[in-house]
Amino acid sequence: MNVMVAERPQPAPTDERISSEVILKVDNITLSFGGVKAIQNVSFDVRRGEVRAIIGPNGAGKTSMLNCINGFYHPQDGTITYRGTPRKQMRPHIAATQGIARTFQNVALFRGMSTLDNIMSGRTLKMKTNLFWQMIRRGPAENEEIEHRKVVEEIIDFLEIQEIRRTPVGRLPYGLQKRVELGRALAMEPTLLLLDEPMAGMNLEEKRDMSRFIIDANEQLGTTICLIEHDMGVVMDLSDRVVVLDHGELIADGTPQEVQADQAVIDAYLGVAHE
Amino acid sequence: MDVLYQVFVDPFVQMGAMPDLLIQVIWEGFVSGILYALIALGFVLIFKASGIFNFAQGIMVVFGALSLVGLYELGVPAWLAIVLCIAIMFALAVTVERVVLRPLVNQPDIILFMATIGLNSFLIGFGESVFGGEPKTMITEQLGLPTGSTAVDVLGGRVIFQHLDIAAAVIAALMVAGLAIFFNKSKIGRALRAVADDHQAAMSVGITLQQIWVIVWFAAGIVALVTGIMWGARSDVSFALEIVALKALPVLILGGFTSIPGAIIGGLIIGISEKLAEFYWGPLVGGSIESWVPFFIALIFLWFRPQGLFGEKIIERI
Repeated sequence: MNVMVAERPQPAPTDERISSEVILKVDNITLSFGGVKAIQNVSFDVRRGEVRAIIGPNGAGKTSMLNCINGFYHPQDGTITYRGTPRKQMRPHIAATQGIARTFQNVALFRGMSTLDNIMSGRTLKMKTNLFWQMIRRGPAENEEIEHRKVVEEIIDFLEIQEIRRTPVGRLPYGLQKRVELGRALAMEPTLLLLDEPMAGMNLEEKRDMSRFIIDANEQLGTTICLIEHDMGVVMDLSDRVVVLDHGELIADGTPQEVQADQAVIDAYLGVAHE
Repeated sequence: MDVLYQVFVDPFVQMGAMPDLLIQVIWEGFVSGILYALIALGFVLIFKASGIFNFAQGIMVVFGALSLVGLYELGVPAWLAIVLCIAIMFALAVTVERVVLRPLVNQPDIILFMATIGLNSFLIGFGESVFGGEPKTMITEQLGLPTGSTAVDVLGGRVIFQHLDIAAAVIAALMVAGLAIFFNKSKIGRALRAVADDHQAAMSVGITLQQIWVIVWFAAGIVALVTGIMWGARSDVSFALEIVALKALPVLILGGFTSIPGAIIGGLIIGISEKLAEFYWGPLVGGSIESWVPFFIALIFLWFRPQGLFGEKIIERI
């Protein structure tokens, strides 16, 4: 299974990458749409610096969980504690302001805009000049634009997408779109990065590249990552700890090895009937 | 043969025989075109930012003009009335965002379109109950708009330019330039295009939809107010203006729903061609063809460029 990114050593408990600080904690989250319970009473935490995976069969509530964390969905019950502040509900704007960035399962880019503008849009909250300067595009606004452009260029180099800088993203192949989307999220200089199936629909080579970017973001930029992924090889290689959801409930939480050996997880994936 | 001559030859003979008259007709068309373009611009702003076709744009033009005249009749000085009207347009933008858009976020576009039809009806009713239904006269002089005219000798004839029309052209040009710079180059402009493309993704990078919507509806309101003043000064201020606003439809089909330059050029093409058609071909069928010629042009146009002159070509991958 470990053909993907075998270079990475399995994290020891004393890995200096990961601090003991819990950056995100969800407690007893319950989310339902009408009569459908998408998430039931799920609790887990994410430590600063780690790569945390959320796995589970289709419809397990993984994306709903990410949507709760960044405030698209408002759970009926439970609390979300991010960087020490407990909240009943997150708001997308607060999440973005406080350093939660994300990508989407079905690439959500600004299709009419170039790669550059898409990644630049990730700098929205970092730009501070007022409307007046922006309108005349001189003085502070001009300097600011240049300064942020530098950061964006670094990200473009990091993701090795120099040659598609000016291409409208709607024309890019799927794998590259996913990369641009990661770039936009990284442009926010996030503390916590939520990745919703970053490798869905990719071929082996693209997956290998994407894994490398995720590891680099985690190790070099120190970004905490919470990702949903279906490819078990990728999950086992990348993640420090894994949460397993099934039918909206948490059925396992632990290191990749522990989770892999868990009978409930095996049953969920093999489709054993629920009694 | 006689019919063919009348349709395909005679109008051009007339144009050549009296070039001064031709220029006069083109100028009249140009000025109407500017006003169509301004109405279309209001549609484009809102469509670009939210993907909503704002059916109420026409009534916002009337509403802006009526408020201005109404306030003046209450004894408010003209300059203060303008300031208050700008405030009213801002209040309208905030209210629309709160009451109409926010509760309907993430609903299909058609639902939002229906909501703007509701807004349209509401504004008609509200406007009539506050300001009354009878036509009013625009306070042209009090606003400092010029009223005279200049005759210029051209090609052996005279062409008359109304000062008001010249002012309308200049004001429209300034406003369009300002909006184009603002929406294309600033951070807000990028945010606006982002919102137009994908609501969720825009929210995920920290753009607040509410703020963007208030900004575009306010901008569309200001455009509507200026259009209302200019149009009101040429005819009078009444709810009949709303019908004129429908002329923005062919303009949008020509120019594309998402392009500011498209709205301007589309407006000018429609304005000029409808006046030429009316003046040179209208008499053949007893006149009054300018009300439907624009729609006919738009229909022909749809065959060849359904995305408009400057619209974004949407290619769906299957």
